Amino acid sequence: MALLELRNVSKIYRLGGEEIRALDDVSLDIDEGQFISIIGPSGSGKSTLMHILGCLDTPSTGTIRLDGMMIQDASSRQLAQIRNRKIGFVFQFFNLLPKLNVLQNVELPMIYSGIPARQRREQAMAALRMVEMENRAKHRPSQLSGGQQQRTAIARALVNDPKIVFADEPTGNLDSHTGELILQMFSRLSREGRTIILVTHDPEIAAVTPRRIEIRDGRVAHQLDPTLAGLNRFPTAVS
Amino acid sequence: MSLWNVVSVGFKEIWAHKFRSLLTMLGIILGVSSLVAMSALVKGMEIAQKEGLVAIGGLQKVRIEASEVPIEQRHLADQAVGITINDVHALRHGASLVTAISPEMRLFGATLSARGKTFRPFTCAGVWPVALEMSEHAIAHGRMFNSIDDEMARSVCVIGTATRDELFGSPEEVGHEIIPIGETILINRQPFTIIGMFQHYESDQERRERELAELQPKPQMTGPTRSRGWGGRRGNFIFWLKNATVYVPLNTMWMKFRAGMPGTAGATGDPTLSTLEVKIADIETMEPALQQIRNVMLTTHKGIEDFSFRTQEEWAENINTFIRNTRLSGGMIAGISLLVGGIGIMNIMLASISGRIREIGIRKAVGAGTGDIFMQILVESLVIAILGGLAGLGASYLFVQLIGSLSPDANPPIITAVAMSVAFAASVGIGILAGLFPAFKASRYHPIQALRYE
Repeated sequence: MALLELRNVSKIYRLGGEEIRALDDVSLDIDEGQFISIIGPSGSGKSTLMHILGCLDTPSTGTIRLDGMMIQDASSRQLAQIRNRKIGFVFQFFNLLPKLNVLQNVELPMIYSGIPARQRREQAMAALRMVEMENRAKHRPSQLSGGQQQRTAIARALVNDPKIVFADEPTGNLDSHTGELILQMFSRLSREGRTIILVTHDPEIAAVTPRRIEIRDGRVAHQLDPTLAGLNRFPTAVS
Repeated sequence: MSLWNVVSVGFKEIWAHKFRSLLTMLGIILGVSSLVAMSALVKGMEIAQKEGLVAIGGLQKVRIEASEVPIEQRHLADQAVGITINDVHALRHGASLVTAISPEMRLFGATLSARGKTFRPFTCAGVWPVALEMSEHAIAHGRMFNSIDDEMARSVCVIGTATRDELFGSPEEVGHEIIPIGETILINRQPFTIIGMFQHYESDQERRERELAELQPKPQMTGPTRSRGWGGRRGNFIFWLKNATVYVPLNTMWMKFRAGMPGTAGATGDPTLSTLEVKIADIETMEPALQQIRNVMLTTHKGIEDFSFRTQEEWAENINTFIRNTRLSGGMIAGISLLVGGIGIMNIMLASISGRIREIGIRKAVGAGTGDIFMQILVESLVIAILGGLAGLGASYLFVQLIGSLSPDANPPIITAVAMSVAFAASVGIGILAGLFPAFKASRYHPIQALRYE
């Protein structure tokens, strides 16, 4: 059974009487441990797809099964819990809370899962070690470079040991060198067995991932699935 | 999210905007402190008034005063008898519910003099010895005049401490208490012998202050003593009035100052009294007793109702009404202030959440539920209100000290625990109410839209 199963998912917005199909009858399976990129130009519906996959939003029609649970009709409270326990987000603009230091930012998801303070601290430090940010724990986000902020955000995404990590244009706000380092970090995490979904408009970045899903006009336009093609599951690391 | 986390986040947020939070709290601080201070003031007044009421004589006392005849008897006004000694005798025999009768003839504008000093007492009255218990007086030195003194119209008088202080010197000035028994004073140039002096009347507060002052070492006076231009502290006015009382026998008053003077005898020729005070056996029988007195007096007054009753009950009622009104108006002011404070909090919370939409989005994305965000905003508002309430209680203490130093010593404001807890509870309630709407609004943001918010 796939980790994430989408069946005939559509998302329809109404804008002044006009119907906009942001997603149109999308069906997808995502297995555990896959490293996937969702690509498409802006307005293609890839963000909407990510929001639905990431339980930030619910589809208008269709079903989603995440880790064996049907979630298309979940309440906002249940969705919040799923986001908290099973999903980690990395955003283009880092989205760290400026008033909290690095450690507190990483602790944030655990606060909402009710983990006691000491354990929070240990787990957060462990996550920061994973992204090599442990010696910046007391810094404010404003005192960090873009790459360091993004690493902090990755640590925050990983801290609750989620099933899936979503990265929405994670390199979009970084210079190309730092962006590459971040992509290497994702590749490394993927090799460690994490399920990672990369959302981007840039085919070059998408080239990092073995599996690519191209979205156009709310539909899956093209899929490259190396497992189906019998290719190596783990590509050689990008140079 | 545990309560501790929510509260600490609330504190952090407030600490991050110290000045803004302080301004927001100001409304609550003012509201709470004005509520507490107002109630302290009213409490002080209430206690002072009640003390005064007891000092004047209990509720069973009824004062019968001359008054204008009612409109339908206006044509008989020239035949009105007035309250005379005749009424006293009639009431004594006719009104069984009356236990004591005290006639009083006042000498208005009396001037006392002795040793070259003069003093105008508040009351200089000719009375029977029964006046002592009627007006809750107590003799501290010497004796009250008796019925023989009255019969013989002896020139004797009993004075209060205010008269002593003015004519012979007060203990504070002299350093020891002067007891002028046996001294002669002039009442409107007529010599009288002092045979007794009342005890010194004072409120509890004054007594405590005086006793405290006695414990302190006296500053050594150097140079000539001189008047500093004010009459010294009088203390509670009601008690001063009582201390400034001079009693002489009723008959003496009649013989020395009134007999033969125009307007001092009623239409029947009986000596006119200034007032007549009677005591009723029991407060429960007040109504029938008043009716009885009225019946008796209507016969002696030829059916002309030229008298009226004044009961202490009315006064007590007045005190209560006054207290209630003050409390109401003060409470309203404090309530409006608290309301304004609450609106201030709501306003700031609304501004605060619209500046933090992105933060709310991030928190939601990492797993904060609607309830978490709701609690966070509500607790923040509550923390502001609680801090404001506590600061208000502190401010009210200073406020009351300030008012206490400005207001007369007679009714020092008293802070009550009830007022403090009510004010604090009100601030907490306001905090919750003010936080509800912003918290609701914040918790409703959709995570995606909130994340995209710039």
